[in-house]
Formats: sequence, structure tokens, C-alpha cells
Amino acid sequence: MTESPALAASAPPRSAAHKKYDFSRKYWVFALPAVIVVLSVIVFPWLFTVFMSVHDWKIGGGMDFVGLGNFRTLVFDDRFRESLLITFYFTVLAVVIPIVLGTLAALVFHREFPFRGILRTIFVMPMMATPVAVALVWKMMFHPQLGVLNYLLSLFGIPPSEWVFSTSTVIPTLVMVEVWHWTPLVMLILLGGLAGMPTEPYESAKIDGANSWQMFRFITLPLLWPYIMIALVIRTIDALKVFDIIFVISEGGPGTASETLNIFLYLQAFQFYKLGYSSAVVVIFFTIIVALSLILLYVRQKTKWNS
Amino acid sequence: MTDKFTSDVTRRHLLKTGASLGVLGAVGAPAIISAANAQSSFNWKQAAGQQIDVMLVKNPRSDLLQAAEKEFTELTGIKVSSEQIPEQQQRQKAMIEFSSGRPTFDVTMLALHVQKRLAYKGKWVEDLRPFIDNPAITNPNFDLADFSAAGMNFARQADGALTTIPHFVDFWMLYYNKEMFDKKGVAYPTSMENIVKVAQQLNDPANGIYGFVSRGLKNANIPVWTSWLLGQGLETIDPATGKLNTDGEAAIWAATLYRDLNKNYAPPGTIGFNWNECQTSFMQGRAAMWLDGIGFATPLEDPTKSKVVGKVGYGVTPPGPKAHHSATFADGMGISRASTKKTAAWLYIQFMTGKKEQIAMLKAGAGCPARMSAFADPEATKSSTFSKQYFDCLQASAKIGRPGLPQIIPVTEFRDIFGVALTNTLSGADPAAELKKATETFKPVLEKSEQG
Repeated sequence: MTESPALAASAPPRSAAHKKYDFSRKYWVFALPAVIVVLSVIVFPWLFTVFMSVHDWKIGGGMDFVGLGNFRTLVFDDRFRESLLITFYFTVLAVVIPIVLGTLAALVFHREFPFRGILRTIFVMPMMATPVAVALVWKMMFHPQLGVLNYLLSLFGIPPSEWVFSTSTVIPTLVMVEVWHWTPLVMLILLGGLAGMPTEPYESAKIDGANSWQMFRFITLPLLWPYIMIALVIRTIDALKVFDIIFVISEGGPGTASETLNIFLYLQAFQFYKLGYSSAVVVIFFTIIVALSLILLYVRQKTKWNS
Repeated sequence: MTDKFTSDVTRRHLLKTGASLGVLGAVGAPAIISAANAQSSFNWKQAAGQQIDVMLVKNPRSDLLQAAEKEFTELTGIKVSSEQIPEQQQRQKAMIEFSSGRPTFDVTMLALHVQKRLAYKGKWVEDLRPFIDNPAITNPNFDLADFSAAGMNFARQADGALTTIPHFVDFWMLYYNKEMFDKKGVAYPTSMENIVKVAQQLNDPANGIYGFVSRGLKNANIPVWTSWLLGQGLETIDPATGKLNTDGEAAIWAATLYRDLNKNYAPPGTIGFNWNECQTSFMQGRAAMWLDGIGFATPLEDPTKSKVVGKVGYGVTPPGPKAHHSATFADGMGISRASTKKTAAWLYIQFMTGKKEQIAMLKAGAGCPARMSAFADPEATKSSTFSKQYFDCLQASAKIGRPGLPQIIPVTEFRDIFGVALTNTLSGADPAAELKKATETFKPVLEKSEQG
């Protein structure tokens, strides 16, 4: 940032007033509002959460320093460990399935065919709906006796399902809602990727006699990887923090069968009012999300076209 | 009636009646005039010009309270700013604002079965006894003795402090489909064990009809279990000694009954049912019996929502092997300790828990009022959409009401831990083992809450 001697020599002499108000040294003033906002809404809450996580603090009660006591308790808490497993189970399904279906949808909608615009709009519509409203509608449809889904199954001679009212089917059913809701987002990201692809590799491949599968496998997919990685990062973070849909549809039940980390956290913080304990959960959860995001971003760097 | 009346009336009868009325008038008039004077001398306008903030829970009873605000303002000159908040959020708001020491409301509705001990220990609300004892601020017609024992039991703390005035009391009872019972010639169950037999007789899954339905969702399912446990003469936590009665023989018996009914005779998916799913099943004629609070009755008699209008029987919870009780829940109104408008707040509570408003609640089918006099009002029962059996069930349940949840601070933890245990029994877990594990998990939580 220091001026070069040549530049300094050619510059006109500064007036006394200009010297008095040396604006070049006060640029930080313009950054100050942003710094204050970041400090107050990101840094301070974070430091305070970490502070709370090392205290035994319940709303309405006293605050005692317990060091890593909350973290130790969490390690031996069966419900916490179970919720961690459920979260990963849910996340894997809620990421992989939309990625696969979204890729297929993007490949289909990338081609020219009649009514493509209308059909693409219809396909994107679930994404526009509010999650809580979506959850309420699905909940009604899942009713084992009166829901429309079991009626539709009966039309095909398929026995009724208990959907979210069974411990064995609740997670796959919740994943189904997530897939319906967020596959269009993956499709939109990948459509953007497909639209920006060069045509030359395909022309060369055709000349070399490559078939459609070979062109997809060796040209489209490698070129699409960076975009798939973006979709993967977004979907992973989204799936890890899903709360609304699960809370409205199953409330973490039956029993604790769909109690993800977020539902567990909500219970501890807003039902049992254990601020210290729930803050410890937040710290662990944040660490997991950051670690996963870093891994995915690292992989994304590796899949860049220019590398 | 009219013919008999006219034929029996003679000149002598009229003279006798007139004379009697004259005597009664001479004796009773001073008392009536005195009461009327007291009423008219009570100064409702003493806090005129003030405005109070009221926090309510979202439900039909709060709609009635808000509808009555205009009349209250005309009578007292006090303006009311009230807000209805959904149940769970209202409890969170109360907890956070009271803990902050500066709540934004003067009057609050409290769910006494959840917040009673918490509110007292946290010094959230005023002890209302000094208010009641002060004739300058208490309407002589307030009549505290009119409130049901079940409601007062909830409102009064262990040391006698009265921190709220009960507004609504909910009794758990057994809804049953009279048409289904008549069709199969089955009589209303005479005991808790008999419910299983009746459910078995009425169960017809091939035709989409199930013998029984009740809540299976964790947390929400606790009152089902405690209803059965009350049949053993026990509450989950002994109110006198604080001893946990949650893993003994009686508790296991109640959990087994819960499991058998919900697993063998309830609709598929009952494990995830809250009251609304149960209500839907019953309302659509898919369940013969439904154990729940009487406060959920209104839609059952609404032809736009229900297929069982006029077919609903309202039965008192059948007796258990050792006792006969109805699990009871209640809401009450309290004055925030931090309020600076306590007199205005107290006038609001008196008005809103007054006889007129309580009768309005009964008439609207918005729930069971805490005042017993509401049931004696012929207008309330005559103009209601409910049958006489509904009111009989209410009154009979009021006589045998007993708290359906333990009166402890960590009620939510209790409901969560034991709720999961009960739900697990529906997935095949052993009731005794689940209750033992839940009791061990909950014991330190309870002990800590008593110390802290």
C-alpha cells in the first residue's frame, strides 16, 4: 500500500488542508458499520454461546461454572448420541436422493421438448412453498386412516403404510418430503451448469464415435462436478439444519425415532430451558457443520475445471 | 303444563301465594336490598383511565375474553390490550419474560397443570388473598366459594397462597359412539379393565372401525397413563410425600392397560397420535371410544366437521380397581408481581372470571368453567348444542377430579421422559423395564429442581 518513490515524486504537493485531513488513513471508518454488525450479530452471540456452554444455567435459576461438564454429560447422554445418528441417517438420504434426482431432472429439462417451460415451472413449484405450510399439508396426507396417500395406495392394491406414525418408516417418509421440496433447487443449480458447458468436447466425441452414455460419463459428468459439489454443500447444510418440517410433522416421534439434533436442541433449550446444556449442543453441532463444509469445499476445489 | 296450571289455580291459592310472598318479601327484602346496595356501592371505576396488558393462550375461551373487553372497559374505564399466543409459545414467553423480571403484561393466563409450581417458585405472580380480603377492590358478589374444588385445588399453592383464580377446568372422560354401542348391544364400560373387553367387542378393523383411540404421541400421552393410574388411587408423584409412584405395580398396571388398548384396539399409527388425530378418527366414525379432555367436545357436534353429530355419548371415566377419579387440568389468571397497575388487573380478573363470563363459556361450548354456578344456570344448558349427558358428565367428573399431572417444577421433563417410555411400549418394549429406566432418568431431574 505504500507509494512508490517514482509515484511520490510525480504527485502534486499536498495542500495544508489535505494534510490535515488525511482521508487515506480513515478508510476504516467506512468499514466500521459492517464491523459493528458482524461483531454484534455473529461474533458476540458465538462467544456468548461458548460462554454459556461451560455453565450450568437454567432460565430462572442461577449460573454455575462447570467447565467441560456439559460436554461430558452429552457424551454419555443416550438421547444425544441417538439424535446424532438419526441426524446423519436423515442427512445422507436427504442429500443423496435429491442430488441424483435433481441431476436426472436437469439432464431432462436441458433438452428441447414441447411444453418444456411449463413443465419446468411446475417442477420448481414445491421449492416456492413455505416449509411449515408444506409440512402441515403432508401431515394431513399421512394420516393412516383418513390420509389421501393410503387411499392412493389402495387404488393400486398396495397395503396401507403408517408413514410418519411408525418408528421404522418415519425417517424415510420425512426424507420423501425433503426430496419433494428440494430436488428442484438441485435441478436449477445443475441446469445453470449445463447451460454454461462448452460444446466442443461433444463435437469431438461425436467425431470419435462416442455414444450417449460415454458422452455423459466422460464429458457431462466431469464438467458438471463443480456444480454438483455446490449443490452438495448447500443440501448438506440445509439437511443438517432441518427443523420446521420434522417438528411440524412428527415432533421428533414416534418416541424419539425422528429426534434429530435440532429437535433435541429445541427440547433442551425451549422446553426444558437448559441454556448451558443446549449451548454445548450448539457448539458441537456448529463444529460438525463447519467440518463437513470444509471437507466438501476442499473436494470442490479439487473438482474445478481449471485443475 | 298450562292446562294443569290453570285448572289448579283457585282464588284461595292466589290469596295464599300472595300472603306468602308478602311475608317472604318482608323478611328477605332487607338482605336483597343490602346485597344490591353493596353491589351498586362497589366502585368499578376506581382505576379508570389506566390500560392493562393481558397475555392469553390461543383458544376459544380467549376469544370470549376478548369479546368481553368492550363491556369491561365501559364498566371500569380501564382499557385492555390483550394478545393470544399459541400454547407452547405462550409458556416460553412467560418463562423468559418473568425470569427477566420485567414482563410486558399485567395479567397472564397460566396452565396450572404445568406452570403452577414454577410460577410460585419464580415469584411470577401475586398472592391474591390480600386482594380478595380487601373490600375496597373486591366486588362483594365475587363469591370465591363458587369455584369448584378441582379448580381451587389447582389454583392454591401448598402453603395456602392463591396465586391465580381458576378460569377453566378440563376433565378427562370417555367419548363413545352410541350408535356403535347400540348396534352391537354393548353397554358402557363399568370399569377400566372392562374398557378392554368393550373395545375388543367393538373393534372391526376390516371395516375401518377401531374399538378405542387415545394419544400415543410422547409427551401428549401422559394423561392417558395417569388417568389409568388414578384408578389405582395414585398420582404419579405423591403430593404429600413427593415419592415417585412411577415404577411400582400400579404404574406398570396402568402402562400395560395403556399399551394393550393403544396397540390392540386403536387405529394404525396411534403411536404418533395427539388429541387432534384422535379427535379426527372419532369424529369420522372410525373409533368407538376416545379417552381425552371434555374440552375437545365442540367440533364433535358440528355437522360441518363431524359425522357423529347426535351420536356422541359423554361418559365419566370408569372406575379403576381401587379408586374412581377423573384426571383434571386447569387454567388460571394471575397478576404479574412486576405490574404497576395491580388494582386494574385485579378488576379485570374479577370481571373475566365472574359468573356471567363463566356462563358464556359454558353456553359457547368453549370448555368447562371453573364456577359451579354456571351449571345451575338453566339458560346455559338449554341453549347449548350439547345433550344433558354432556352436562351430567361434567358435573360428575368435577366431583371426582384429581390432578392429571404431578404438581412439580419439571413437568415438561416428566412428560417427555415418561412419554417416550410409554411410546416405546407400543413398539414392543416391556412396560416394567421402560418405567424403571424412565424413573431412574427422571429422579435426579426432580431432585435437582427441588434443590435449585
